Amino acid sequence: MAGITAYGAYIPFNRLDRRRLTEAFGEPAPPGEKAVANYDEDSVTMAVEAARDCLNGLSPAALSGVYFATTTPPYREKQSATTVAAALDAPENVRTADFTSTLRAGSTALLAAADAVRADGGSVLVAVADCRPAAAKGHFEQLFGDAAAAFVVGTENVLAEIEGWCSVAGDVLTQWREAEDRYVRTWEERFITSRGYAPLVTRALASLAAKLQLTPADIKKIALYAPSPRYHTGMALALGFRQDQIQDGLFDRVGLAGAAHAPLLLAAALEEAEPGDRILMVTFGEGAEAILFRATEKIKDFSPRRGVSGHLASKKNTMNYLTYLRWKNMLDFEPPRRPDPDRPSVPAMWRNARRNLAFYGSRCNRCGTPQIPAQRVCVHCQARDEMAPYRFADLSARIATYTIDHLTFSHDPPVVFAVVDFEGGGRLLCEMTDCDPGRVEIGMEVEMTFRRLYRAGGIHNYYWKARPRR
Amino acid sequence: MSIKDKVAIIGMGCTSFGEHWDKSASDLLVEAAYEALEDAGLEPRDIQAYWLGTCASGWAGISLSEPLKIQYRPVTRVENFCATGTDAFRNACYAVAAGAYDIAMAIGVEKLKDSGYSGLVITPPPGDGTAPNYSAPAAFSLLAPAYFKKYGLDPETGKLVLARIAYKNHKNGALNPKAQFRQEVPLEKILNSPIVAAPLGIMDCSGVADGAAAAIIVRSEDAKKFKKDPVYVKAISVVCGPGHGALHQDFDFTSIRETYYAGLDAYRQAGITNPRKEISMAEVHDCFTPTELVIYEDLGFSERGKAWQDVLNGVFDLDGELPVNPDGGLKSFGHPIGASGLRMLYEMYLQLRGLAGPRQIDNPKLGLTHNLGGFPWEAVCSVCIVGKETG
Repeated sequence: MAGITAYGAYIPFNRLDRRRLTEAFGEPAPPGEKAVANYDEDSVTMAVEAARDCLNGLSPAALSGVYFATTTPPYREKQSATTVAAALDAPENVRTADFTSTLRAGSTALLAAADAVRADGGSVLVAVADCRPAAAKGHFEQLFGDAAAAFVVGTENVLAEIEGWCSVAGDVLTQWREAEDRYVRTWEERFITSRGYAPLVTRALASLAAKLQLTPADIKKIALYAPSPRYHTGMALALGFRQDQIQDGLFDRVGLAGAAHAPLLLAAALEEAEPGDRILMVTFGEGAEAILFRATEKIKDFSPRRGVSGHLASKKNTMNYLTYLRWKNMLDFEPPRRPDPDRPSVPAMWRNARRNLAFYGSRCNRCGTPQIPAQRVCVHCQARDEMAPYRFADLSARIATYTIDHLTFSHDPPVVFAVVDFEGGGRLLCEMTDCDPGRVEIGMEVEMTFRRLYRAGGIHNYYWKARPRR
Repeated sequence: MSIKDKVAIIGMGCTSFGEHWDKSASDLLVEAAYEALEDAGLEPRDIQAYWLGTCASGWAGISLSEPLKIQYRPVTRVENFCATGTDAFRNACYAVAAGAYDIAMAIGVEKLKDSGYSGLVITPPPGDGTAPNYSAPAAFSLLAPAYFKKYGLDPETGKLVLARIAYKNHKNGALNPKAQFRQEVPLEKILNSPIVAAPLGIMDCSGVADGAAAAIIVRSEDAKKFKKDPVYVKAISVVCGPGHGALHQDFDFTSIRETYYAGLDAYRQAGITNPRKEISMAEVHDCFTPTELVIYEDLGFSERGKAWQDVLNGVFDLDGELPVNPDGGLKSFGHPIGASGLRMLYEMYLQLRGLAGPRQIDNPKLGLTHNLGGFPWEAVCSVCIVGKETG
């Protein structure tokens, strides 16, 4: 029996109140707010955060695969699943794959993971994240939000069994982005829904219903992708579902999260599922995919670290529209009179990958002092080469002292740098993110989060920062 | 082992510090070197070896030999962050003390204003790009909240203490024709200057300037042949730390250990047991106001946790019990890195010989200079002690 054995989610801390869009353009915007990836977040970092939420203490050593699904990978050529796997400290002999270029990427990755574990056993982590680019003042800018969801697919300790699935391919241009396009393009909505979305989704569900001999009444919740809130409810009702069976689309709190949208709704549905509940996830993009899950008794024994509900509750929605434009790299700001960052040295990145991605330091075998970065000579007892690897990623920490730097370059000045002391020993001077500078204080509890420091020379440089505990 | 009384300074030169748009590093070196030569009554050919301190304004000894047209003599380029100038001086002293040369010159220069950047920019070697990109004031401002919290200062008092340090240094600098900034600055203006790295405002930071300074060193027994009132070297210490504070939780950011250990070593060399009483005056590395605050405690000028009270009580004012930064400090001079250590010695050289004009301290015996490079948690520190008599 293949199915989900763990799940989690990630929603960025920052939200844009859509009233800021109304103020900027003097035109009505949909209600609520949308989740906005910080300038130091991208699909990879959000996937890592969702995966950490999902693993929640489970050992990454048990993973046999790490799949990453998105329409917004950082590179056109270079896999990102390897970055996700490394940040999670997955074993070296893990199978990695990127699923991309389609809004269906998440469900396709889940089905591939299910195929893999049915064939070979093991556990495959699927992390789906998206931060789709939308041009200013447009419908997509109002609609799109950034988010991620992650699942472990396996055959043991399954908490939501895959009962059936159906894929339908349909090569219709609805929304697309060429390599050089900065923003998502679309054909007119009436065409894409009447000749794309509605018929393809209907066909997939009809086929699945026939295969499994099920009707909408047998389903507890439908986690349905839709190109907009209007079609979300309309499509579900047209398919024969009642209002109370529709998993909240989160359009007013997260926005439309691209390939991650339906997976995020699936994670939300799983958070509330009882044993025996059937949850139907439906995705769309050049075709449609439907996967039917049925919760087992084990659903009661699992909860993600924060999940959808925890992340929804942990937020800051005071950002203004100019900050939004800056984070999305849509507005040129005057550069500071400081040198541009050099492109990182690839050999140095390679040597330090275990620290930079999995966040390992070392612990002295002689005196027991943890230290990061890993040292050859112990800072405490000066023993040479008596270190064991020691991972700091999931340790809680407290601020020993801090500064609010108005001089250094940032897309979100001022920058808070903090000296953080890890529970159990070890200290790091690092940048903070997702924090309100005015509220930082000595003794504040922080946790580590995987971020993109900067891009230079076409290289995305990932590392860890501290944030106030969410 | 000690360098005490083995060597003496018989000549010094120091350019004015500031925005020398019309002068290159070479121009500044020529000016400082010839001023020192004239002061010592020597010709260029008399100098047998040179140590050039520069952090980033030139590479190799050629940066000095070419502008001075040195005729095939040894020139060593020294770099040790903000201790660069003092380390050049240390090496020249050691070479003369060892008898390798009879007359040597230590000279330091920095030309910072050509970069066009705000603040200091030092290009690191290629790396993985994960080092946090804090500015220099941010790095040193980490001391402030930690100190305030440990010793129970509310933010207003803490800010006032820091401002009082800047106020004192500008007041002294106003009396110095070679300083970059020659005006007193009202306390209110310092307190309300724009925030750079909270709680530090722009007036808590030293400036960015160009400048050069030079010293000529001979063995003590030869000194009076050149100068009736030479200045004798009592101690030189340079200390580099292990980066402990960035890795280990027992470092609390209210002290800089490198300063403490360099001070300890220098006092041992000079035979000083009570620095607050025995040191007549000091030039310390006031790159940022909280740095000067913790230096007082690390050098034993104040008891732990009491420096802030000594600041408010005027202990370190020009007319106080132990004047610190009588020339105006980095605050008034800016910080041309390679030159700063020698600029501090230049003030001691003037004060000990009674030539400091309106800044003159009454009959000083021993002067201390201090430089600190790097960061509070990972630093290089130099401490020199000089005096007007042997013994």
